[in-house]
Formats: sequence, C-alpha cells, structure tokens
Amino acid sequence: MAELVKVEEVADSMFTMIKDTMGQKKWKATDLTKAVLELYGDRCDKTLAKSAIRELIESGKCVYTYFGGSFIEIPHKEGAEN
Amino acid sequence: MAEKERKTPKLDELEKGAWPSFVKEIKSAAGKNPMANDLLGQLERSYEEKIGHWKHGGIVGVLGYGGGVIGRYSDLPEEFPNVSHFHTMRINQPAGWFYTSDVLRKLCDIWEKHGSGLTNMHGSTGDMIFLGTRTDELEPIFSELTKLGFDLGGSGSDVRTPSCCCGKARCEWACYDTMALTYFLTMHYQDELHRPAFPYKWKFKMSGCPNDCVASVARADMSIIGTWRDDIQIDKSAVTEYAGKGMNIQRDVVGNCPAKCMEWDGTELKIDNKACVKCMHCINAMPKALSPGNDRGACILIGSKAPIVEGALLSSVLVPFIKLEPPYTELIDLIDRIHEVWSENGKNRERVGEFIQRVGMGNFLEAIEVEPVPEMVAHPRENPYVFYEEFFEDESEEQEESEEEK
Repeated sequence: MAELVKVEEVADSMFTMIKDTMGQKKWKATDLTKAVLELYGDRCDKTLAKSAIRELIESGKCVYTYFGGSFIEIPHKEGAEN
Repeated sequence: MAEKERKTPKLDELEKGAWPSFVKEIKSAAGKNPMANDLLGQLERSYEEKIGHWKHGGIVGVLGYGGGVIGRYSDLPEEFPNVSHFHTMRINQPAGWFYTSDVLRKLCDIWEKHGSGLTNMHGSTGDMIFLGTRTDELEPIFSELTKLGFDLGGSGSDVRTPSCCCGKARCEWACYDTMALTYFLTMHYQDELHRPAFPYKWKFKMSGCPNDCVASVARADMSIIGTWRDDIQIDKSAVTEYAGKGMNIQRDVVGNCPAKCMEWDGTELKIDNKACVKCMHCINAMPKALSPGNDRGACILIGSKAPIVEGALLSSVLVPFIKLEPPYTELIDLIDRIHEVWSENGKNRERVGEFIQRVGMGNFLEAIEVEPVPEMVAHPRENPYVFYEEFFEDESEEQEESEEEK
C-alpha cells in the first residue's frame, strides 16, 4: 500500500479547494473528503481526511457554517449581521 | 436596570387562559434584562404585521465546534438593538433530564450573566435551550459551561444530542437501560456530534418500552425502543382485584387489544403471546397485574422525521430484537455501516428515511449488510416491505447450479 500523505498537506489541499471556489460552491465535509480521496488516490483515506478537516477548523483557517445544512468555509463577515 | 414598559396588546392575549404563558415569563425577565425587553417589542411587531423578523443561520459558533449554536439576528436592529444578535445555544442535557437544583441555579446564573436569561427546558431535541445572546458572549458562556461539566449539544448536519426517557431510573417497564445507552452514544459519537459530517441531521432517541415516551418513532432517524420476547407477566390475584373493584376487563382491556390476542372469561385472563404486538395497552390499563416479560431488549427502527424539506415519516423496523448491553458492539457496527452508506450516497439535506425511500429498502439493506426478515414492517400486522422474489430467484438459481454440478 502507498504511503499516506501528511495531514497538513491534505488540509492545505482542502483549503485551496475552498478558497478557489469561494462564492461559487459550498463544501460539505463529505464533499471535501471525496475530493481529496480522488486527488490522492490510495495515499489518502477517510480517517486522514477527517483529521485534515479537524486541522482546518481548529487552526481557525476555516469555520463551520449553517445555511440549511452544515458547510465548511473560510471565515467571513456574517451577512445576516448587516 | 429597570426597562421601560412596552405596550403589547397582541401578546397580552396570550397571557389569558389556564396554561402558563411564555409572554408572562418574557415580561418578568424584561424588567431586568434589555434583551428580553426588546424581544417583547419585536414579537409584538411580528404579531401586528404577521411577519417574522428573525434571520437564521450563518457562521457563529465556538472554536472547533460546528454545532450547538444557532445564529439568529433581528432584521430590525435599529429599532430593537438589544436583540440585533439573539443566538440560541443548545446545551447537552443529562440523560433522562435529571438535575440537582444547585446545578440548575448555576446554569441560570451563567445565562443571566451572558444572555437574555430566557430558557426553554427542554427543546424538542432534548437539549436545554438558552435563548438569546450576542456573538462575543459565546466563548465566555462555553468556557463557564465546561467548567460546570456541561457541553454544547448538536445542531446542523451532525449527530444531534441523543435523548431518552427516564428508563430504569424511574420506570419498571424499561426493557433496557436507556440512560446508560444514551450516555454511551453521546460519548462514543462526540466527534460526529460536534463536527458536522453528514448529509443532514441524525437523531438517536431511546425509549425503554413500546409506550415510547420520547416519541422516538416519530422523530428519530434511529429509534431504539425497548421490547421483550417472552410472555407478558400476569399477576392473577391482581387481575382478580381489578375485576373486584369494578374494572370492565372485557370492554376496557380485552376489547381494546389491537391484536385480539386476549380472552377474559370473568375469572381468568389468557393471553396468546405469539399474537401479541407489544402495544402496551393492557399493561397500561392494569399496571399492577401485567408487566413486560423477562427476556427484554430493544427493537431498532429507522427513518422517522418531522416535515421540513419533505413530509413527515414514521420509523419502521430494522432490527426486530437486540439485547442491549455494554459494550454495544453489535449496535455500533450497525450504526457505523448506516452512516457510511448514507454519508457516501445521501444528498444535501436528505435524512436517512428519505434516502431509504429514494434508493429502496431492499438496496439499503443490501448496502448495510442486513438480511431482510419478515418482521421488517412499518406497522404491526402489515406485510413486510421487502420483496422476496429476487431472493427466491437467487435460491432457485443456486439449486439449479448445484443440481447441474451433481
């Protein structure tokens, strides 16, 4: 079996995906997991993807949001607060 | 600080009548809390205009968590500045809703210090609901709650705070320890509770017997309802006592049995236990004389929900009987297989019940590796919803193949 990539690398890839599609697509945790599994093939698994999401959230680079369902986004000014 | 008294003729109507009124409680809080006072003003305005003035959702929460805080903002912040932010916090309740009065006072002290002071004990999720605070108060509240030994509950697309009836703590009919299982599931699924990773919400509700006091059959994605496999226990002398005190056993017990599995000849009560559907009617009617059997466990049902995106669903039988004792390995294996299949294939905002309707129960059972059995029914005495033709075909093909080999 191929060696797994580092959790930080997966988190960075997720962050890039979110940043590059900001305003066009909202990512759920499952969407991000599927995307990195496709990107890294057998060098990534669901446990690693889960750890990467946790890394993203706990570092403050991303936050969970709720708009009908739960999504992962880059922190921004709350629209509803205006 | 005393707040100015608002004129609220519409809301005043809701104080009339025999029942306790939320308006009375908000007015009581409004005397000392500006948030509660502005809440009264905005509510009165909503009743006048027949329009809600709340904006819901967004990005508020505490660091690291994706659930437990429901963002809420007023769309009239200039008129009602004290409720411009009015976020709800869900606090994970103790299993069975047991508290000491001391801890309730401490919880209320935290909320009066940092929020509106208004609570909902309890919300339909089972959590304690703290109604109304500002974004900058969320972390201080969370910090004080954790010091007191409490945590936030679930919200959004995560495992919602598991809830249960009081079970063996106060009820002799509990067929398994609902509080122990609720605590176990809460701790086992901490990650899924605080970090939303599902297509939509997932609710566990545990009822100790088929009376289903937490209404799990109508509300939970997974309803775990206590039941038994052997015969209903009968205390014959107590039956005689009920009859002697004037109970019409034929009319009120036997006549109301949905399975028609009881007989009363005026002196002896007989039950055909094989035909019993465990409706609990007779046990409820004669609690001193009848009680659930001794071979107790639970029935696992799946797929109920209230109407939000689509219509309401009641849950239906997935596992007819399971012994529920620590370490609950069989149950956890089943739940994890369901989560895996639903997470992989569910659409955004699709509850597991809707997912099962979309893909078909047969395909769902195959995906979660559960064999269909005749007890998988939506209601007692109904035909099973699994079509067996394909299994018969598979079996006949296998037979033909083995005969050819011979």
